[in-house]
Amino acid sequence: MALRTEPIVLNMGPQHPSTHGVFRMRVTFDGEVIVGLDPVFGYLHRGFDKLAESRTYTQFIPLTDRLDYLASMSNNFGYCLAVERLAGIEVPERAEYIRVIMAEMMRISSHLMAIGFFLNDCGAFFTPLLYMYREREKLLDLFDMVSGQRLTYNYMRIGGVSHDLPPEFLPALRKFVQEMPAFIDEYDQLLAENEILLARSKGVGILPREMAINASASGPVLRASGVKWDLRKKDPYSVYPRFDFDIPTAETGDCYDRYRVKVQEMRQSLRILEQALAQIPEGPVRAEGPHLVRPPRGEVYSRIEAPKGELGFYIVSDGSVAPYRLHVRGPSFINLTALREMCLGWKLADAIAILGSIDIVMGEVDR
Amino acid sequence: MDWLHWIAFAVFIVVFVLGMSMFGIWLERRGVARLQMRPGPNRAGPLGLLQPVADAVKILLKEDIVPERGDRLLHTLAPIVAFVPALMVFAVVPFWRGEGAGLVPDMNIGLVYLVAISSISIVGAFTAGWASNNKYSLMGAMRSMAQMVSYEVPLVLSLVGVALAAGSLSLVRIVEAQSVPFILLQPLGFLVYFLAALAELNRTPFDLLEAESEIVAGYHTEYSGMKFVMFYLGEYTHTLAAAAIGATLFLGGWKGPLLPPFLWFLIKVFALFVVIFWIRGTLPRLRVDQLMAFAWKFLLPLALVNIFLVAVEMSTQSLRTLWVMVAVNIVAGVLAVYLFSRLGRVRGGRVAV
Repeated sequence: MALRTEPIVLNMGPQHPSTHGVFRMRVTFDGEVIVGLDPVFGYLHRGFDKLAESRTYTQFIPLTDRLDYLASMSNNFGYCLAVERLAGIEVPERAEYIRVIMAEMMRISSHLMAIGFFLNDCGAFFTPLLYMYREREKLLDLFDMVSGQRLTYNYMRIGGVSHDLPPEFLPALRKFVQEMPAFIDEYDQLLAENEILLARSKGVGILPREMAINASASGPVLRASGVKWDLRKKDPYSVYPRFDFDIPTAETGDCYDRYRVKVQEMRQSLRILEQALAQIPEGPVRAEGPHLVRPPRGEVYSRIEAPKGELGFYIVSDGSVAPYRLHVRGPSFINLTALREMCLGWKLADAIAILGSIDIVMGEVDR
Repeated sequence: MDWLHWIAFAVFIVVFVLGMSMFGIWLERRGVARLQMRPGPNRAGPLGLLQPVADAVKILLKEDIVPERGDRLLHTLAPIVAFVPALMVFAVVPFWRGEGAGLVPDMNIGLVYLVAISSISIVGAFTAGWASNNKYSLMGAMRSMAQMVSYEVPLVLSLVGVALAAGSLSLVRIVEAQSVPFILLQPLGFLVYFLAALAELNRTPFDLLEAESEIVAGYHTEYSGMKFVMFYLGEYTHTLAAAAIGATLFLGGWKGPLLPPFLWFLIKVFALFVVIFWIRGTLPRLRVDQLMAFAWKFLLPLALVNIFLVAVEMSTQSLRTLWVMVAVNIVAGVLAVYLFSRLGRVRGGRVAV
């Protein structure tokens, strides 16, 4: 006689150890197997798009820090670039280099956290995460040197950066760039062929190429599915065309591939940093012009390759000191689109690993 | 006078074992902290030694909460059922040789007693999960039944090899029979015992019952205060018990040169304990189906191979020489593990929905 069973509905989150903040998944289980999953957002909604309308263009920069708070500099960068395109402001060369350096440091820092938390979600008892913290700490010291802050930097300005680098920064960064590859090798040695990690992540949560494109995924999630798409190459901005680097991709699009792509991207970021350090010129770090920016009437959509994917800012200007309308395309939010398809049929533990491998930050998902 | 001995020894064991558990908690927290490049608890007492005491005092002052629609009686009983068997295991463990070495150290069915007692605590975990009226707890409870029942099989089979080689079920006899520690004689048996014990104890990489990143705290999600302490201490007491059994059966118990026997025993217990938390600080966690596959496809056959080897050696005169057995068993053990790791795969796939 078959036992009568029924699925159970479990609300994972918004207070759950591994939903990366206040994300909530309404999951339907048949035993341990997931038969239904609805993501629920909005617990961290602060109305950034609306807040922008009552602030001057410069006053919105600190708010961008609070989008993806593990990659604040990248958000600063994306927003300033959008306003500059709208207002037609030329950025001095040294400032461009400083911005690229910051963005690449941010990418390494963000990927370190992503890998650490992914392994935590796979059940490692904080050890990988704390090793990643060790490296991130050095980067935070560098950011601290530049901006006086460790999480929300508010360093970039429209037309450049707020002030020049302190003299001790470049030598310190050079030292970091030299030391870092050895640490990445160390992590590779510990993790890349770990049997349990392979068992937990290989073939799990596959995001096929077509689905990744249809869901307009971007960043490491898209590249792990085999699409060679990186805005630094495909839609170049700033001084990226001057650097020589590769776009790491993988084939299958499972959790393991997403992890591998992030490791490879850290190596590429180090390459960019090395070249930027060799090329960085002297000069002013901020464009001449009035402090209160009044872009002409019009609209702009400008995008950059943030650590988590395509970070876009859509701004409509009515010629006044504040944007008429501003919209943020957060990569974390869009990458979550395919979460349901990736999780169905897997077990509870896999859903957590898949969510960890997508690498979301709630500040960006909810805005 | 018998009952006096029993009362005295019972009190001694409770105090001593709880002290060891607390020391174990301190050791693990400091040790794992070192593995993770942080200092660990270092404020309460010298080297943070009083941290477990401070924790206990804090937790005891917490409100005891029973979920509104939970089963009050079972919710109270569960931590007791989970904790007491862990203490009872120590009744038969011989701490040293001769008189007064334990409560009933020379029980002639010691090994059977161990197995029987240690499997009771499953009931505690399951009851806790059921009585909490919480879905995370229920999932933890479901996992606990599946996991512990499966791993009981290879665990017991790995102990059969020891009984065969020693020719007795009494723990004292087993220790005396070890002219070399059984870990050399039966490396395969020790491996199976150790891994199965890790799973029985819900230690990483088999800690699915209380997998924090998945089901919050598993079966004891809804526990606080005194009852939580029972689970927490019970977990460490269980770990120590498993280490003590491992030390007795495979590492030669109290035997050792120079140092007093009691000290040797403690050294061996804590050496195993350190290995357990070392693994915890290193490895990620398996998934439910992989865990089951590991028990049935990997550990069980290995345990059978071990029994077969020992049985053949014990019944064949020419193979009964000690060093021949050691050599044959180590080679066979390595070969078997290698073959199974080549042939067996624990990976499971997607289920069609």
